[in-house]
Amino acid sequence: MRDEDVIELKAPELTAAERLYLPQIVAGFRTTLRHMFLEKKKRDENMVQYPDAKRQVRIDNYRGVHRLNKDPDGRVACVACFMCSTACPAHCIHIEAGASPWPDREKYPVKFDIDELRCIYCGMCEEACPCDAIELTPHYELVARTRQEMIFDKEKLLHVFEQTKHDKPRKNPAVTDYGLTGNQDKAVARPTSQTKV
Amino acid sequence: MPTRWGALPNSGIDKNPTPVDRIIRDPKIVAAVALVMLVLPPIGLTAAWLAFGQPLLDLMKATDPAILQFVFSLIMMGLVLFIVIHLCAALILAERKISAFIQDRQGPNRVGFFGLLQPIADGIKFMLKEDVTPARVDKPIFILAPCIAFVVAMISFPVIPWAGTVELPWGGTLTTQVASLDIGVLYILAINGLGVYGVVLAGWASNNKYAHYGGMRAAAQMLSYEIPIGLGVLVLLLVSSGTLRLEVIQDQQTATGLWNVFLHPIMFLLVLTANYAETNRAPFDLAECEQELIAGFHTEYSSMKFALFFLAEYAHMIIGSAVLVTLFLGGWEPLPGVSLLHGNNTWWAALIKFHIFWGKIIGLIGLYMLVRWTVPRFRFDQLMKLAWKGMIPIAMALVVIEGVLVAVGIKVDPTAGFVGNFGVLAVHLLVNAVLLGFILWQLSRTKAPVTGRQDNLPEIEVVPSRPAGQGGVSHA
Repeated sequence: MRDEDVIELKAPELTAAERLYLPQIVAGFRTTLRHMFLEKKKRDENMVQYPDAKRQVRIDNYRGVHRLNKDPDGRVACVACFMCSTACPAHCIHIEAGASPWPDREKYPVKFDIDELRCIYCGMCEEACPCDAIELTPHYELVARTRQEMIFDKEKLLHVFEQTKHDKPRKNPAVTDYGLTGNQDKAVARPTSQTKV
Repeated sequence: MPTRWGALPNSGIDKNPTPVDRIIRDPKIVAAVALVMLVLPPIGLTAAWLAFGQPLLDLMKATDPAILQFVFSLIMMGLVLFIVIHLCAALILAERKISAFIQDRQGPNRVGFFGLLQPIADGIKFMLKEDVTPARVDKPIFILAPCIAFVVAMISFPVIPWAGTVELPWGGTLTTQVASLDIGVLYILAINGLGVYGVVLAGWASNNKYAHYGGMRAAAQMLSYEIPIGLGVLVLLLVSSGTLRLEVIQDQQTATGLWNVFLHPIMFLLVLTANYAETNRAPFDLAECEQELIAGFHTEYSSMKFALFFLAEYAHMIIGSAVLVTLFLGGWEPLPGVSLLHGNNTWWAALIKFHIFWGKIIGLIGLYMLVRWTVPRFRFDQLMKLAWKGMIPIAMALVVIEGVLVAVGIKVDPTAGFVGNFGVLAVHLLVNAVLLGFILWQLSRTKAPVTGRQDNLPEIEVVPSRPAGQGGVSHA
């Protein structure tokens, strides 16, 4: 690096009026008083009386509580590939895989627990999921009396899907049932009851 | 795909307001209750006066004046205690509302119309909360500390001249000031000095490092900021011919209509600022500092003990404002420049004076709140620098200037009225302007970076960890 490339930055210095504080404080009063008295209308217009009314949220990409999707046959769509629990920065997804009872996949989750208290709702699990089985819903009201209740197991996550599928239908429902992505054969990607392997 | 917006249905937490909610949130019912509360006491008092007024007057005439004054003082103490406790509750709501409005929020509005019943909910919550006493605290001091804080905040009130004196029609006077002390102002300074004990003992007894730091900071801060207050009082003593009685200092202002705030504007600002620091409120809340020390000295306190600290803080605000009103803002006189109520010692004038005094206090507290939510916090070194390198030199200069002015005879003449003292006012304003100009000149010829760091710190001598030549990094 050459000497002329170095840019020396100096901390700006306070003026005498700034060091006296008073003019700055008066300017601050102007701001706060304007917000207090003159912007009442704006304040009231932007208000949502929360428990009575709710904010409008983007339904498709709001990151609320998780759900485990079901495929059209009503089975859990997850294939226990552990991609989500690997991607999870908060390590809140715990999966136990078992041999799948169905012929179209090798594994399925015997247990699928998400600790909603550890979760930071970043949506990485949804990004990582190869078969769009785990999704975040727009529901953000999570209340429980114990910590244990906040660990959502597989049944509860599937129940969340049942509760939310009308508001937010499953993304790409048919394509990814087998965990196939990309340019797969259409016959495999959209199986009928005859072509199912 | 277009963005789909929607609000999801309620999950059934607070879907419908309960019947009680509907009643207490109805502005019409609130207005009716307020009307009844405003109308009933005067009606009741009038009825009581019609029924028992004459016997009461006869009884008062027959009583020894000293005993009458004693009973009246007791009534005043009860009244002021009642007002302070209830005003604290109202101020907590007001502070939450003001802070909310300043920050474009709504503030508490669920409990009653406009959140008016929130203080009751807060009070119930404080009483029902679990009172946690952590293990290994110094238990007696841990319990004593909030009591000291609250008691010390409350015992300054008797010396405030709330409404002057009342002349009785049959001769004799009653003073609304409960204790007319010779050392009036010094008493308040001394009690304010004791105020730090509650904070320091709480920090010490909690056996918690955050609380400990909070307490130590509070001690250093209060010691530093008592000096400008003391010097400010000293200036007023020079003006008031050496009397320390609050009512005399106040009467001298109302006699001429020339309030001390006009004679000593810079000193007023210094004492006001020092008052903010004394009450440990933002921008000087270094003892609590939620940002760094959780809650500072009251980290370990819960339930009513915490409520006592809270009440003490607000009582401190009230007493600080009351002292400022007495010393600088003309006490119970409604307007500057004219002596409307001075010398009017009838009972109705006393009533008006009492209300004006409290109105001024509430106005000053509004300023406290506005400052709290406007001015950013000081760092601790900046706080100390402001006191020791800013406020104390200016206050000392003002004391010297005032001393010189008094020595050469430029002094307020209580008998001359406002116009007669105009020259004195002009001289004082001129002196203050010159001092302000000098301060600005000083500030413009010295430099300070935005960080508030001091430039002229000595170079730190770095001692190498090993002798040179053995691989140690030498900074020298």
